[in-house]
Parts: sequence; C-alpha cells; structure tokens
Amino acid sequence: MLSRRNPQLNRHGELIHLLSIEGLPKAVLTQILDTAGTFLSVNDRDVKKVPLLRGKSVFNLFFENSTRTRTTFEIAAKRLSADVINLDIARSSTAKGESLLDTIANLSAMHADMFVVRHSESGAPYLIAQHCAPHVHVINAGDGGHAHPTQALLDMYTIRHFKGDFSQLTVAIVGDIVHSRVARSDIHALTTLGVPEIRAVGPKTLVPGDLREMGVHVFHDMAEGIKGADVIIMLRLQNERMSGAMLPSAGEFFKHFGLTADKLARAKPDAIVMHPGPINRGVEIDSSVADGTHSVILPQVTYGIAVRMAVMSTIAGNEA
Amino acid sequence: MSSPTPTVPDAEALYAALLEGVRGLLGTAPDTALVGIWSGGAWLAARLHADLGLAGEPGVLSSALHRDDFGERGLAAGGGATKLGFAIEGQRLLLIDDVLYTGRTIRAAINELYDFGRPASVALAVLVDRGGRELPIESVFTAAHVELAPNQRLSLARADDGRFSFALEQAGA
Repeated sequence: MLSRRNPQLNRHGELIHLLSIEGLPKAVLTQILDTAGTFLSVNDRDVKKVPLLRGKSVFNLFFENSTRTRTTFEIAAKRLSADVINLDIARSSTAKGESLLDTIANLSAMHADMFVVRHSESGAPYLIAQHCAPHVHVINAGDGGHAHPTQALLDMYTIRHFKGDFSQLTVAIVGDIVHSRVARSDIHALTTLGVPEIRAVGPKTLVPGDLREMGVHVFHDMAEGIKGADVIIMLRLQNERMSGAMLPSAGEFFKHFGLTADKLARAKPDAIVMHPGPINRGVEIDSSVADGTHSVILPQVTYGIAVRMAVMSTIAGNEA
Repeated sequence: MSSPTPTVPDAEALYAALLEGVRGLLGTAPDTALVGIWSGGAWLAARLHADLGLAGEPGVLSSALHRDDFGERGLAAGGGATKLGFAIEGQRLLLIDDVLYTGRTIRAAINELYDFGRPASVALAVLVDRGGRELPIESVFTAAHVELAPNQRLSLARADDGRFSFALEQAGA
C-alpha cells in the first residue's frame, strides 16, 4: 500500500504547515504548547516584540470574514516582527472571478513567506499548501466545517494551564457539534493528548453520529453530559442554523443546552468553562456563567495570541 | 589533520575559581545583580547567589528569541524562559555563562535583556573561554581557557546534588 506523507510535516517529521490537528503526533502538539508558554511572557515586557520573523511577510487571506481571528493572527505576527498584509479577499479577487490558485500565484509573486487562510470550503488551505513555493508556509485559520487547528491548540493550552495534566480529565463539548470545525479539531487534539473521557453534548440534529467511532461519548441530555466534567467547552450557536429545521428556536435551545449556573453545578466544583467566541449571551451561555468564576473565556483570547506566535515561529523555522 | 584532545576540565574546581572571581568583582561593585544565561549559566548563577549569600533571586536570561541562526536551525526546543525578578533599568548586571565561544549567545542574550529596560552596565563572567570569537564580546572574569576543535562541544551538567561536571562531545564523530 502506498503511504502518503502528512503534508504538514517535512521528512524529519517537523511541522512546516498547520492545516489540521488530525495526524499530528503528540510531541508536535506538546512542543507548540511549550513554546507558547515562552511567548506568553513576552506580553509582560516593556518591548512586546521579538525578532524571529523580522523581514518575513505574512499574508492574512480571509476568504470568509472573521475580524477577531484575523486580528489575533495579525497581533501574533507583529509581535514576531513580521510584516503583515491583510487581504479582504472576499470582496476583491474572488468577486472578480479569479481562481484560488491564481490568487495564490499572484501573492507569491509579491514574496509572501506565510499564508494564514480562512475559507468556507473544507480543504482550501491544503490546496494552497500543495501549490505554493517550497519556502512558503500555510496556516489554516478555519476551513469550512473541517478544521480550526489554532483554536484547538489554544483550547489545549488553556486546559493545560488550568488543569495541568490531560490524563485524568473529563471534557464535555456542548452545542452545535455537527457544524463546528472547532469541535472537530478539539476532539482530535484531546484524543492525541490523552484525555480519557471526551463527551459531545447536544440535540440529536446537531451531534454527528460518527463521533462514537472516534471514542467520543454522545449525550443528548445536558445535565447528564456535563456531570462530573472538569472542562466544559461551549460552542457558538450559529444563528444561520436557526432557519433550517435543525432547531425550534434559540429560546428552546437555551432551555435544554444553554449553560446556566444550575446546570454548571453538575460539573466538578473546580470545572472551567470555555468558549471560542464570540458568545451569544442567553443562547448557549447565561451571562452569569460567562462572567462567573468558572469562566476562562478571556484568558483563552490572551493565550490564543501566544499559541499563534508559537505556531508561526515553529513552522517558519522548519524547511520543507 | 589532528585535532587537540584536551582533558575535560574539572567543573567543580573551575566553579571554585569562578566563585572567588565573582566575589572579587562584587567587592568593588556591591550593587551588581547576577544574571545567568539559560541553562548552564543559570545553574551557575543560582549556586553563586547561594554561596555569596546574596538577597533575592538571580535573573535568568534565555537567548532563544533573539538567536541569529533561527533561519537555519528554527526555534530551539526547550530554550528556557527569561525570568528577571527585579527591575534592570539603571542596574549594574553581571552575566554568568558556562562556556564562551563565538559570542553569539551573549549577543542574543543582551538583545533579550534590552526588551526589559536599559541597565547601567553589563559585564560577563564565565567558567570556560574556548576561543573562536566571531563578535567583539569578552568576559571580565574567566576561570579557564580551553582549546577545542570546532567540532567539539563542551557542555555543563548539574547532578541531583548540585555538583557540576563537564562533558566533551564530538559532533559528527
């Protein structure tokens, strides 16, 4: 049988692109988390900048809008001293009919060193990684319903920061799992890092059936699903899903799967509550929980920058 | 071509010499703070700090984020983290390192230092100077000069009881 090499790794097994958590060895994930710890301390200095990517150009290619994610990548690249170019692709080339690969060829001719790609189509960052010049690195900043690896890594950093060790944890992921690239990437990362109990909690219409094959325990009852959990990852309920037949209403969803203080009391007393943002108060999470003592939603944002610095500096330092 | 085969220096004997050298330097400038270069230098600074009965904690400097070989070698795994428990602005500093070679680590460490402020002065004391400088950097105290071939690497180790030893490694041998 022909074995295909993971396109994210070079022949030494070093990370050259970050496209998906799936298939990455534990050592690679752990090294990124360790490196992120170093970068977190850069924020405490007078000079919040290190020269690792000095003279490199990072292109943020957001074919799908996400101001917040784009901004965190921009801050991360600037703290590494890179030049950052933001392209609002959704409103320019694509609208004029240029193909994805023509866009990439043009940007490569402008001497890009790294592409940060957000795209509504699953696999778009892979296509770019396969066709760009050997010295160019690609980071997937979210592709369709497929993967959001930097979000998963910052989630793992947050969990490790507050819980120390993955090997004894129960982690519940709650909400619209079927449409969530965050959930998918989190499940791969949690599995690789050795979390023994991963739960997916949500209504039948929003939890995919194949999760059990990945070793995930599926719950359609919130109280049962978060009982005894160390970590609760709430997902954003995307308003656009409401229009289909998947959910009766936001109010109905909140009643059954919204995280309230009452439901949270079922989890471990020292449980942490996470959310990839932006949060819908009163839809998937109650304000008192989002702002409460269990919430680590804002630390996640801070760690996200350090984790993205770690990813960028790791792949930039490895040759194809 | 034959390369020199030096005897591995006795790290404990050199440490004793470094201790006296640093004691002498601090005698003339008592307001000086010690800062160890991660990792060997940080071990040395911690032990010097204890043996000299100094207050507080010595600083630790990592050169990882300012290295000039990032393009070739990438990010060093486990490069340590800078930890300065005191304000360096206007402070006299004595950097401590185990082996001084090209001077590039010290250059990177000084850059790292300046991300935290502007010290009054920065000097360097080392256990071993192996020559081969590629930058204009010198130590004010050196416990020993050792001749080594370019493919040889001298690395400091610290045992569980805190005692130091040197190991001589041959690259590509």
